[in-house]
Amino acid sequence: MTSEFAVELRDVVKRFITPEGNEMAAVDHVTMQIKNGEFFSMLGSSGCGKTTSLRMVAGFEWPTEGEVYIEGKAMGHTPPFQRKVNTVFQSYALFQHMTVFQNLAFGLEMEGAKEAEIKKRVGRALEMVQLTGMDRRKPKQLSGGQQQRVALARALVKTPDVLLLDEPLGALDLKLRKEMQLELKALQQQLGITFIYVTHDQEEALTMSDRIAVMSKGKIQQLGTPVEVYERPSNKFVADFIGESNFLEGKIKSISGNEASVFVPGLNAEVTGTPISEGLVKGEEVTICIRPEKIHIADREAVQQNMFRASVTNTVYIGVDTKVFVDAHGVKLKVWEQNRISRLDPKSFYTVGQEVWLMLMPENTLVLKKD
Amino acid sequence: MNPFRRSPFVIAAAILVYTFLYAPIIGLILYSFNASRANVTFEGFIPSFSERVVMEGSLVKSAPCGPFHWYCDLAKNDDVAEAAGNTLTIAFTATIIATTIGTMAALALQRYNFKMKPFSQLALYIPIVIPEIVMGIGILTLFSQFFGWINETLNLSGDARLSLGMATVTMSHIAFMVPFVTLVVQARLQGFDKSYEEAAMDLGANEWTTFRRVTFPMIVPGIMSGALLAFTLSLDDFVITFFTNGPGSTTLPIYVYGLLRRIITPQVNALSTVWIMIVFTAVLLLQILQSRDSKQHS
Repeated sequence: MTSEFAVELRDVVKRFITPEGNEMAAVDHVTMQIKNGEFFSMLGSSGCGKTTSLRMVAGFEWPTEGEVYIEGKAMGHTPPFQRKVNTVFQSYALFQHMTVFQNLAFGLEMEGAKEAEIKKRVGRALEMVQLTGMDRRKPKQLSGGQQQRVALARALVKTPDVLLLDEPLGALDLKLRKEMQLELKALQQQLGITFIYVTHDQEEALTMSDRIAVMSKGKIQQLGTPVEVYERPSNKFVADFIGESNFLEGKIKSISGNEASVFVPGLNAEVTGTPISEGLVKGEEVTICIRPEKIHIADREAVQQNMFRASVTNTVYIGVDTKVFVDAHGVKLKVWEQNRISRLDPKSFYTVGQEVWLMLMPENTLVLKKD
Repeated sequence: MNPFRRSPFVIAAAILVYTFLYAPIIGLILYSFNASRANVTFEGFIPSFSERVVMEGSLVKSAPCGPFHWYCDLAKNDDVAEAAGNTLTIAFTATIIATTIGTMAALALQRYNFKMKPFSQLALYIPIVIPEIVMGIGILTLFSQFFGWINETLNLSGDARLSLGMATVTMSHIAFMVPFVTLVVQARLQGFDKSYEEAAMDLGANEWTTFRRVTFPMIVPGIMSGALLAFTLSLDDFVITFFTNGPGSTTLPIYVYGLLRRIITPQVNALSTVWIMIVFTAVLLLQILQSRDSKQHS
């Protein structure tokens, strides 16, 4: 491999003309570097530019500005059939008039491979996705999960440097999707090729990726490892999009290195947290973000900072944990409490109206720039 | 269960509709065995076989082919053979060309956005909605003007002079077939997912290979139904053919019309029956092929 990066997007812009005649940037000055052998995900809701970015790597779209590099080579207007990347489509796009074997052989025929070689490689690819013996079936005779595997095998049989996956598991039911997530990850590690994975499912991205680019409105909001984007969301959007968060509005009273003291008018109290955004200054209006599972409920006041009184407004039992909704001086917060103890005894639940103490750990209380 | 299923009204309506549709055809077939040459009333079947045709007034008493007398009569008619040949030649040629053009137009309209697209789309409907006779006269005027001009300028004479004939009929058929083919193919393309083509290109196929190996095989049923519609339209077209045909390019509908103006013998019915059988078999075959195809796919 000639380049450190399998794929690189340098300041890429893609503009479309909407049917109303307006210009719209689907991808707006995106730069990312995807390392060789990396499982890289682009995560965002529909219209965030993730699929358009992927399509520009595949060659189905060309950037309006900027450049896409594959293995260090500028792609320019190189057509898809001359790029050494392959795609697994959301709709699978299996050729309905061909058998499974013919679908897999198609890409190899285009390379001019000999019949014996095609047979060998198709056989191996089918084995890899556990579809041996299905080669004579037509796509319509397969289940959704099997079709998904055929689509995967059809792309992998070409032994691409980079595999592009556009929401490949979207059409599968939850259980199958979870199985396939682990299988895909295992396959990627086994083959050692670069995967670029587009999804709107945050859990899927967190499960599989080495790094995630969280996208919104054509821009990258944050690029980092799953732990980074979850534990240290760089802005309110990321904190809100990935997982769930409580947000508190406040003003910085004092700030020093890795600790900031924020006055939250809603709580009528000072909250100590960790400054995340760059360049926060004293007196600045900020947003405090705290994950619901990181709030601790105590039933009596201990002598500690970051403790607030609140009353329980509702509890919802969902098996793995209990969602407790509380009201602290008019500020509504959600708290996920893991069900470490059995909840068979109704007394183990908080009752509506019960007074509790909330405890926030400063390292989990993130101070972000206000949007 | 559908609550309306057994309603006597529905059954009565169905019987009425089917009678209305099929009684003329059944009558037509029955009359092709008529013993009466005049063919106004049904005088019974021709009862017996004989060496020669035996007539009694306008009634055929016996004939070499017996009840199939009019079919044998038809078979000996060279004009019919020629007209049938012309019709099929024109229909096949025009269908192939019109299907090609229509399919290309449908693909372009489905795929690309261009400035004149709404206009192009609308312009396609015009030939379908304007009366055929207007189109026929229009085409005739165009040809005679154009041919006259060429004949003048090049000073052509005798056989070299351009005139109406097979070529003009074929061209006019292509002209009215293209919109039909385009609309039928376009309708079938609505559900065609662009990602099939992207997948092919992604796997290394260039544009032409993608069309040949993926797009075309997938849209072939749509193209076939467009072609079949065009073919049947060409087979029974009378109005436009009437204006654009010339010596030696008589088609069956024109020929039948000619017969009717002179005398209606059961030969016309025999011809129509053969015609119906051919078309019926073709449609049946196509249906079988298509149902087998869809079974394979589901």
